[in-house]
Amino acid sequence: MSREATADEAKQVADQHAAHAHHGEGGAAHATRKGYVTGFLLSVVLTAIPFALVMGGVIQDTRITAGIVMALAIVQIVVHMIYFLHMDTKSEGGWTLMALIFTAVIVVITIAGSLWVMVNMNRYMMPPMPPAAAMSDMSGM
Amino acid sequence: MSGTPATTADAPHFWETEPHHHEAGSSTMLGFWLYLMSDCLIFAMLFAGWGVYGQSAAGGPTAPELFDLKLVALNTAMLLFSSITYGFAMIAAQEQNKRGTLGWLAVTGLFGAAFLGIELYEFAHLIHEGAGPQRSAFLSSFFALVGTHGLHVFFGMIWLVVLMVQVAQKGLIAANTRRLACLSLFWHFLDVVWIGVFTFVYLLGSMQ
Repeated sequence: MSREATADEAKQVADQHAAHAHHGEGGAAHATRKGYVTGFLLSVVLTAIPFALVMGGVIQDTRITAGIVMALAIVQIVVHMIYFLHMDTKSEGGWTLMALIFTAVIVVITIAGSLWVMVNMNRYMMPPMPPAAAMSDMSGM
Repeated sequence: MSGTPATTADAPHFWETEPHHHEAGSSTMLGFWLYLMSDCLIFAMLFAGWGVYGQSAAGGPTAPELFDLKLVALNTAMLLFSSITYGFAMIAAQEQNKRGTLGWLAVTGLFGAAFLGIELYEFAHLIHEGAGPQRSAFLSSFFALVGTHGLHVFFGMIWLVVLMVQVAQKGLIAANTRRLACLSLFWHFLDVVWIGVFTFVYLLGSMQ
């Protein structure tokens, strides 16, 4: 009787360990062939469209093309995150997603902030060019 | 000072004497993910640099004149193929299929080598045309960003070869599948960075 109970307990502990180990893989264990193929096909489409738009010059207005190209890049990054990097809200108790969100905030602040400051500096802080320098610059052209 | 306890069993416990039990390497994946996030910040700086200097050609050649989008499309395809072949290597590893894992890793390595080869050809071509990194701020930021990505791919390839040797020698033991999972994150992360590179550097750069 008691031996049976011990065996049961041991099995339970082993099961818990297996579940724990599985969880600890950070979602990598859930990778499936279907998932990779889906992600790959979506990536091919999401890469081909922007290249075709820019190389073919399909849309006259480059601002619209640029907007579409950037939007598709963001969609493709999300596709890669889900199908290749296996991001979800549960892996590592949600900490991978938390770190990703934090990083995304820092990345946006870095890039948007740099562009904002530097574009404004270029626009408003360019010292007026002395005529002589302007002349030599012109002759240098 | 005030006398030793009668027996060690009676001594009060103020800390854990038994080491807290953790699966070997259970925190490796999270730690590696945090490394990747810090790597992401490096690329954020380089992208910011490109955003600021990308049009400062200093009277020299500009992005639309220099970039060959057909070559970039080919390069992008190489990296995308290497991503899915790495995925197949991971699935083979899950199935404890050692030969399959090694085979798909080798294919991944070949696609990675093709990517690097094409990128080096592009760089050599640009430098030969006098459009090296010292020509203008635009080219400095271009070589810094794309070159850093290329260096990552290069070190990823070294890691891949080392892992192939380890898998060949020790088989798909837990430590090796964990290393494969880390390299998987690294490799796919580089593909994500490349999405940013081909979008913001090559495609948008060509439309300036």
